[in-house]
Amino acid sequence: MALFQIAEPGESAAPHEHKLAIGIDLGTTNSLVATVRSGISICLSDDQGRPLLPSVVRYHADGSTEVGYDAQTKQAVDPRNTIVSVKRFMGRGLKDIAHVESMPYDFIEAPGMVKVKTIAGIKSPVEVSAEILKSLKLRAETALAGDLVGAVITVPAYFDDAQRQATKDAARLAGLNVLRLLNEPTAAAIAYGLDNGAEGVYAVYDLGGGTFDISILKLTKGVFEVLSTGGDSALGGDDFDHRIFCWVIEQTKLQPLSPEDGRLLMMRCREAKEYLTNNPEAPITARLSTGEMVDIKLDVATFASIAQTLISKTMQPVKKALRDAGLRAEDIKGVVMVGGATRMPQVQKAVGDFFRQEPLTNLDPDKVVALGAATQANLLVGNKTGQDDWLLLDVTPLSLGLETMGGLTEKVIPRNSTIPTARAQEFTTFKDGQTAMAIHVVQGERELVSDCRSLARFELRGIPPMVAGAARIRVTFQVDADGLLAVAAREQTTGIEASVTVKPSYGLSDDEIAGMLKDSMTHAKDDAINRALKEAIVEAQRMIEATEAAMKEDPHLLNETETAKILATIAKLTASMQGNNRRLINIAMDDLGFETQEFAHRRMDQSIKKVLSGRKVDDIKMGEDA
Amino acid sequence: MDFRADHFSLFGLDQAFRLDLSDLDSRYRDIQAQVHPDRFVNAGDAERRMSMQWATHANEAYLTLKKPLERAKYLLHLAGHDIQAENNTAMPTDFLMEQMEWREAVMEARQGGDHHELEHLHNRLRSDINARFEELAALFDLNDHVAATDRVRRLMFLEKLLHEIDDALASLEE
Repeated sequence: MALFQIAEPGESAAPHEHKLAIGIDLGTTNSLVATVRSGISICLSDDQGRPLLPSVVRYHADGSTEVGYDAQTKQAVDPRNTIVSVKRFMGRGLKDIAHVESMPYDFIEAPGMVKVKTIAGIKSPVEVSAEILKSLKLRAETALAGDLVGAVITVPAYFDDAQRQATKDAARLAGLNVLRLLNEPTAAAIAYGLDNGAEGVYAVYDLGGGTFDISILKLTKGVFEVLSTGGDSALGGDDFDHRIFCWVIEQTKLQPLSPEDGRLLMMRCREAKEYLTNNPEAPITARLSTGEMVDIKLDVATFASIAQTLISKTMQPVKKALRDAGLRAEDIKGVVMVGGATRMPQVQKAVGDFFRQEPLTNLDPDKVVALGAATQANLLVGNKTGQDDWLLLDVTPLSLGLETMGGLTEKVIPRNSTIPTARAQEFTTFKDGQTAMAIHVVQGERELVSDCRSLARFELRGIPPMVAGAARIRVTFQVDADGLLAVAAREQTTGIEASVTVKPSYGLSDDEIAGMLKDSMTHAKDDAINRALKEAIVEAQRMIEATEAAMKEDPHLLNETETAKILATIAKLTASMQGNNRRLINIAMDDLGFETQEFAHRRMDQSIKKVLSGRKVDDIKMGEDA
Repeated sequence: MDFRADHFSLFGLDQAFRLDLSDLDSRYRDIQAQVHPDRFVNAGDAERRMSMQWATHANEAYLTLKKPLERAKYLLHLAGHDIQAENNTAMPTDFLMEQMEWREAVMEARQGGDHHELEHLHNRLRSDINARFEELAALFDLNDHVAATDRVRRLMFLEKLLHEIDDALASLEE
């Protein structure tokens, strides 16, 4: 596809400059960072050559942390302060989390998202995830020897708004510029599709440590189009470990275990599960702190029966996704397996039986998501190599709606809508003289609001008193390319407005983020204010480069007065960057944004016209549809 | 090109019910390749905002034109014919009788857990709907918007029924 590039400042300014961009797979069990080097996507390893970073964070009394393998080996020694599988807590309340009773943590219920009390203080899952991200960021900066322009962070396709927002917050907290939140199966499809020159409809079956996704994608020349997605954001390899754990407890009739013993036995169960991939029988042995000895053997047949329920639980979303895409199993050209848990032969067999074909396992299921994310990051920052170009069209996993009378859900944006998307719906008052309207935003497929996830509540006030049914309140939902929702309400006759970026009711407010940033900075003996200033300067520089490149490319779209005005605003912005007042820089950036708005509009028009020209309306074949 | 221009002209198409879906697909992709937010990650705020609006607009326009029923409703709306789906439910008796028969058959199959029968009903209804779209296309050819409005309202009933069959199939599988 020949693309007419509108704004690639890096290319226009210095064509050979390679921008450092990374892709991060923030997994439940393991995390990875990858980048594109000489046109090839590779995972970056630690100083001991290990590409995986176990997603484990251990807190010490002085506030310092250990992340990865070091922390992992301590989990049975210091289980309360060693957080594993934190991804399962992202954007989740205590009641949402399964098997809380078998976890060693000191949970604290907080509005919207649970927190964990550690020896270093109360930590939110966002902070814990940020520690993992920081560690990967450092690894990348060391390996690439330079400042990162940005990162693509992957999330399970079935993550809801709360979980996505929490992930983005964690990345911000880690000091990463998030280029895009990318769905994990889509990332895998990019890595797979580009490697294999694939065309047709593919299914990506992604069973990770704690989440399950299924995505149906159509791959055509240069376009990855997600047709539908489904899943379970609380089902993964961990659950298989937990089932084995329960089986062991049942077989051995052990008394309730201490957190240390529980964690130790859970580790042994995981090892047994992995061992069974290539062996008929796995020993599970552990010496408990009570002196008791666990020594039991798990054979493949028993494990298969333990695993059966969980595996069949993944097949329901598969059927639903196929139905949503309007397809049948036989329409699928290939099934790409992603996630460590797809190594289980039982999973491969079930998937193979359903699709009546051998699943594709030629890419490392642990690495494929990170590799795809790095490839996408490379494209997004504009590191183009020759003909490499593609377009990604993804969807919302869950329906978004509003609470209406009687606790019912009114869907505004249906699931599997291609993003970005917006939809407006009109509502009215139900009482005479009603001057305010409560707006409750929910996500999910169920009829009853109580069965859906509550995303935000806000109020539209100042509606002029009218008879019931006379006011016209238009509620607009906008989902951006990261899959994040913003909602605005407006009374049509008076123009009174209220809006909310769906976030504060469960996520972190900007103030909270700032506070955490400051805390983490003090600890790292860094200066939060300086960093914010530096970020503003980088952002301003980027904006100036983009504007100048656009002016060079399309001078004919501006008249002299407009050109002069934009140049003057650029000069003002450049001047503000010399000082150390971040607010002044932001104001000058807003001004430049305002002055270039019309210009941007004309450029967009021009590019659309260009792509449609060369086609004639009468070339179109008639009557294929209808 | 105007942001408020109709969906057909966004894709450089004439206002017509008959359209080549694969041509629409490729026009849609060409436009998304220009306007999608992934193309503007490095751009200034104004361009990024603009990109999101355009990509949103292109998605909406594509969805409207892609589905024949939505396309028909949209064409009638452009021609000033309101479907009045909510206020105008008066339908001929024979059509309503037929609807009741369909519904009874669906309910019976659902209660009996008869997956096969539901699939059969789905396929029968699907081909009935397709035939009606053919008829609708002919009416649009003749610019008979009054008759087209009536057919569209019937099709709205039928598509709703099709969704109910699909939901029943889904609940059987769960």
